[in-house]
Amino acid sequence: MSDSKIIKFSDDALALVERMKGRYPEGKQKSALLPILHLAQAEFGGWLSAPVMDYVATLLNIQSIEVYEVASFYSMFNLKPVGKCVVEVCRTGPCWLMGAEDIVKYMEKKLGVKEGGTSADGMFTLKTVECLASCGTAPMMQIGETYHENLTLQKVDDILDTCKRDVHEPISHWRKNKIKA
Amino acid sequence: MGRKLLTEHINVAGIRNLDVYRTQGGYETLKKALGMKPEEIVEEVKKSGLRGRGGAGFPTGMKWGFLAKPEGVARYLVCNADESEPGTFKDRYMMEFLPHLLIEGMAIGSFALGCRTSYIYIRGELMYVYHILQDAIDEAYKAGLLGKNILGSGFDFDLHLHCGGGAYICGEETALIESLEGKRGNPRIKPPFPAIKGVWGCPTVVNNVESIMAVVPIIRDGGEAYAAIGIGKSTGTKLISACGHLKKPGVYEIDLGLPVEEFIYSDEYCGGIRNDKKLKAVVAGGSSVPILPTELILKTANGEPRLMSYESLANGGFASGTMLGSGGFIAMDEDTSIVKNLYTFTRFYHHESCGQCSPCREGTGWMEKVLHKILDGHGTLADVDLLWDIQAKIEGKTICPLGDAAAWPVASAIRHFRADFEEYVRNPQNIIKDHHYYRVNNLVAS
Repeated sequence: MSDSKIIKFSDDALALVERMKGRYPEGKQKSALLPILHLAQAEFGGWLSAPVMDYVATLLNIQSIEVYEVASFYSMFNLKPVGKCVVEVCRTGPCWLMGAEDIVKYMEKKLGVKEGGTSADGMFTLKTVECLASCGTAPMMQIGETYHENLTLQKVDDILDTCKRDVHEPISHWRKNKIKA
Repeated sequence: MGRKLLTEHINVAGIRNLDVYRTQGGYETLKKALGMKPEEIVEEVKKSGLRGRGGAGFPTGMKWGFLAKPEGVARYLVCNADESEPGTFKDRYMMEFLPHLLIEGMAIGSFALGCRTSYIYIRGELMYVYHILQDAIDEAYKAGLLGKNILGSGFDFDLHLHCGGGAYICGEETALIESLEGKRGNPRIKPPFPAIKGVWGCPTVVNNVESIMAVVPIIRDGGEAYAAIGIGKSTGTKLISACGHLKKPGVYEIDLGLPVEEFIYSDEYCGGIRNDKKLKAVVAGGSSVPILPTELILKTANGEPRLMSYESLANGGFASGTMLGSGGFIAMDEDTSIVKNLYTFTRFYHHESCGQCSPCREGTGWMEKVLHKILDGHGTLADVDLLWDIQAKIEGKTICPLGDAAAWPVASAIRHFRADFEEYVRNPQNIIKDHHYYRVNNLVAS
């Protein structure tokens, strides 16, 4: 808990937090919890540690448990450290019909990890997720906010190579440099 | 070619931008609406026969009519943009390319319902669409189309975005409201209905993206003109998300009443089945609705052509029919393993169950395990009966429809494809190698 003293959003992020809180009626600022958790995940290394969640609780003047119970309910929040790129492959029916299982198996082999694991170099975490509303362009996966669709094994190779070349710090669904409400 | 009420301008270059949207008549309908009485707008929506496009098909005008209007209490219109029903991707497509159509619909709907503040709840995974919508909202504020005294009408209206965190259940309206309040997405017990007690205890209407967009052409052309399109009580046009083993998957706007066979096979729509294989089965309205074999999706049990409408797809009840649902149309070719496809659906519902009701929390996981056992070649015929038994004990016994949504795919797969299950049980050595699904290796070169 003492760590929470050193956890603090940048001024830009704090300004965004205030704008997010301002979207809801007086006294209902807890509503801003989900957007602020996305922001926190982007700002603090791609996952939510207990001290980070405690810090978010102080921003909204709510109990820490109210943050924990929400963060643990929603699948987009990582409660353990993750690689710089979290690769989320859709595994639900429509993607499965188009070969999503092959995509997962191929990446498990290529990255040397099992589903849910992080590659030895800390670059990739391989995650399978449920339907991302991209069924007409299956199979697909998401990295950060980007949808990669109509996947082939060749495309997977290209995407992972690009990530290795261009990604130097953890990327999240909420792009860190996209500070605006 | 069917009418394009929603997608008419989707291919216009730059239509995402306000200036271009306005050159195509954008916000003219809002201007018209602001000159009408709010109750006249509700009346036009009632006359249109528009039914909720998220899946349940409840008449939108009637839903609006139920909204309580106690003096001095704020009320809210919330757009459900939490699109996550497997097989459905229409709302994402529409918001990505026509964000202003949604904003215009939200402004008209909010004016009609007397809401001064409204929200668009968009699923968190669609963060890139969130930013597209935010840019469009910012543009609309700058142009005086949102905010104080819009278009000089005296109507003050604020529109905000709210993003989810990855939970299918938040597409259920009371779970969505909980999530909007910053809580876990646990559905509420009804009554009270959101129309009486919704977000922050205030009267609330929750409508799907497509429903809200459809309000724009309804007010532009009049409710009767909209009702003249379609067939019977299935009025207007519907966006269909077509996926699976089709030659041309994608989002299609159809006049309700289009024959299913034409939708699948004509070049104007899906162009038939990939690699010219035979069609084996279709899930016509998102993963929750009953699966039908080819003969029953193309024709009803009475031999009538099956149409893309609420009534025709439901013809025959669950014995031989299905539902239009969200319009998530999933086609499977002759090589598809119905059992394995069902396993992915059941795993989905297990993953997405909020855990409040034991029949759903325990039943979905139990069904997933039994299906896994069958796929692994260790199943027995008694397991197939067990699956039937479990789903029957989930259906109708939960707070929200997720329980039904998990039960129906299992029931319908056993009802129409029992032989497939029995084949796994009797001859596992023949089948379990790759479960007969489409090999992505075929796509490597493409």
